[in-house]
Amino acid sequence: MAKMLMKGNEALALAAIRGGCTHYFGYPITPQNEITEYLAREMPKAGRVFLQAESEIAAINMVVGASAAGGRVMTSSSSPGIALMQEGISGLAAAELPCVIVNVQRGGPGIGGIQPSQADYYQMTRGGGNGDYSILALAPATVQESAEMIRDAFQLADKYRSPVFIASDGMLGQMMEPVEFGDTQPTLMAEKPWAVVGHGGKRKPNTVKTLALDPLVLEEMNLARQKKYAQMIATEIRYENFQVDTAEIVLCAYGSTSRIVKNAIDLLGQEKIAAGLIRPQTLWPFPDAPFQNLSKKCRRVLCVEMSCGQMIDDVRLAVNGRLPVDFFGRTGGIIPAPEEIVGQVKLLLGRK
Amino acid sequence: MTVVFSKTPGLTENETHYCPGCTHGTIHRLVAEVLVELDLLEDTIGCGSVGCSVLSYNYLNVDMVESAHGRAPAVATGVKRVHPDKPVFTYQGDGDLASIGTAEIVHAAHRGEKITTIFVNNAIYGMTGGQMAPTTLIGQKVTTAPDGRDIAHSGMPLRMSEMLAQVPGSAYIERVSVHNPKAVRRAKRAIKKAFTYQMERKGFTMVEVLSTCPTGWGLSPIDSLKWLEENMIPYYPLKVFRSPEEDYPQ
Amino acid sequence: MCNEKILCAGFGGQGVMSLGQLLAYAGMIENKHVTWMPSYGPEMRGGTAYCSVMVSDTPVGSPIINNDATCVIAMNQPSLIKFEDTVAPGGIILINSSLTDSTVTREDITAYNIPALDLATECGNGQAANMILLGAYLTITKTVLMTSVIEAFKKVFGKKAEKLLPLNEKALKKGGDIILTIESVLPH
Ligand SMILES: Cc1ncc(C[n+]2csc(CCOP(=O)(O)OP(=O)(O)O)c2C)c(N)n1
Ligand code: SF4
Ligand SMILES: [Mg+2]
Repeated sequence: MAKMLMKGNEALALAAIRGGCTHYFGYPITPQNEITEYLAREMPKAGRVFLQAESEIAAINMVVGASAAGGRVMTSSSSPGIALMQEGISGLAAAELPCVIVNVQRGGPGIGGIQPSQADYYQMTRGGGNGDYSILALAPATVQESAEMIRDAFQLADKYRSPVFIASDGMLGQMMEPVEFGDTQPTLMAEKPWAVVGHGGKRKPNTVKTLALDPLVLEEMNLARQKKYAQMIATEIRYENFQVDTAEIVLCAYGSTSRIVKNAIDLLGQEKIAAGLIRPQTLWPFPDAPFQNLSKKCRRVLCVEMSCGQMIDDVRLAVNGRLPVDFFGRTGGIIPAPEEIVGQVKLLLGRK
Repeated sequence: MTVVFSKTPGLTENETHYCPGCTHGTIHRLVAEVLVELDLLEDTIGCGSVGCSVLSYNYLNVDMVESAHGRAPAVATGVKRVHPDKPVFTYQGDGDLASIGTAEIVHAAHRGEKITTIFVNNAIYGMTGGQMAPTTLIGQKVTTAPDGRDIAHSGMPLRMSEMLAQVPGSAYIERVSVHNPKAVRRAKRAIKKAFTYQMERKGFTMVEVLSTCPTGWGLSPIDSLKWLEENMIPYYPLKVFRSPEEDYPQ
Repeated sequence: MCNEKILCAGFGGQGVMSLGQLLAYAGMIENKHVTWMPSYGPEMRGGTAYCSVMVSDTPVGSPIINNDATCVIAMNQPSLIKFEDTVAPGGIILINSSLTDSTVTREDITAYNIPALDLATECGNGQAANMILLGAYLTITKTVLMTSVIEAFKKVFGKKAEKLLPLNEKALKKGGDIILTIESVLPH
């Protein structure tokens, strides 16, 4: 396929179809409506199912049903909608049901605003729902990466029988950029012997469930899930290092913000200040290693987010006291300007 | 000089953000005038909703609380239980009330909550850019049903007034419209009745108002009024579905 | 080296979004790095709509313009007032003088008053005012070739819009020619 100029949201939607998504359930909310509208138009043409749910609560529970029944399922929403889905997401993690959940983040809390934000980091990585569970969260920074990560998300969901988040935001969703889709066919869906499809008289009935009244049984189930999470931590962490080796200050940012930080690093370079970037591509599991292997040149770490400071908790845990870790952020839907970040870096390094 | 028309003190001085030809503004004015005429303005507490009318608290000259999408009837229940003697109302769109908020509206009616709901049905999601609502008409083209709403896929448009009239706790349910001056006068009478019955503690009261969305429908303001009359009214008949004045089987 | 940051603004319906998309698409055709970022949300109702376009030889970081636009295209008076300060020192501003009654106050930028609506009407339809301005912009900056814009037009608007192509092509060329005869308001 030739290069196309697409909105991040549309690229996510097209990549979902190409990734073999069979069922999409969603409810309108800005700034992710292009996903819903694209799939309303294109899923039927591809012989797949699009259904507008009456609410995000309904949407995520439709995902539960379709995933349990063996479908390759996706939903998308934005921050307040993801908040409503939390009960279902906890249930999906507990029942070990594969699915992809896209969060095109906007300013909160509450109804908040509709401009870009990264204030759902806790919601996605700390579990907004109840219980001991974790969810893989992939964070694209370009439209191209949005498309690639959706493809990977479906595969990871099947591989681990787990929901997978795509952590996008209003800027990445709304902006257009060139994107190329390889000619690869969608990966085949994993065998799902656990799915509820009717036993046909050939096997014992399958049940998809989360209820476990016997504490010993529930503990065992939780420990089994922890093993799965440990495997994700061992094999699925992704990040990008940008000019980290020579940096005297290393910045950490993901998604849209990482793009602004790259501009800031260029500006700093023009002033002979060596700065680098660690860009987590998985928010959970978080990439600890690059922070543990920082060169001697690095004097401090600055975490930049479109929030009041959430990912900084993980950065501090990874740095583990070896270096000072500071924070700079804008919130409420404001995208930080490169110059603001440059100013903060200079202040921290004591340069004028 | 005689004053033929003046802005009601029930509205603030703020200019509304509604698109040209949108009838949300007319409906605001009716609610405001009724509250003034019934001398309720000072006591009234409104519950906003999420939709194009999300900023209604900037325009209605009463105390108001914001509600999450669809939850206004629950918020209003909370308010009313603290102030049982004060007029409490919700102002909700059709996505808000008939889609995400169906549980809350049904149970507010079911409890016979003494509130008034102003239900603005424009057969579309205006605020988010023209997606399908449960009230979208068959064949109506919207962004999430680009070939038009299809019964087999999305069901028939939901008639909320008819449905809520079946709920025992409902005292007064009427559907009105604002597509011409006569309809507007009738809509005002209905809203007045609803607040009056609320104050008489008769039970749950709701006025469904058919409203235009020129932007979402892709029509001019004038054509929108015509489209409402020719397409919405045949499916959504204007009438009283429930009234305490009639005997209704309990 | 090409590192253009263009902000296009006007009323909803004036074609500012498509102007930006055509430019970005043409840049992509020429293998440049491009982004297009719209203003979004209910503020679009009746108000000012705008988009930011980056066309660059190197990968684009931020798609957002923070008072560093190399060019602002202002299609109406509110946009002119709102975005004059967005132009970087030394940058240019193209003003649709058919719909504005003032011009810039700054002296460190170059402004061109172009009666785009009138010129488009002469071409056959006022709706093509955006193309007049795009043509003018391309003659001044040579960011992409006009032929790439025409190729982009077919891609962005598809088969349905093919009958509109002659009008748009005419307006693009007219804008490109006319700018040679228009003196900037404040020459460098
Ligand atoms: C939990 C949640 N989901 C989705 C939204 C996005 N949203 C805002 S308004 C709206 C629909 C509004 O439609 P309607 O109630 O018909 O009001 P109208 O704009 O048509 O007056 C939606 C889905 C939201 N704000 N919160
Ligand atoms: S989008 Fe529709 S409902 Fe909303 S203000 Fe505009 S016309 Fe009114
Ligand atoms: Mg509506």
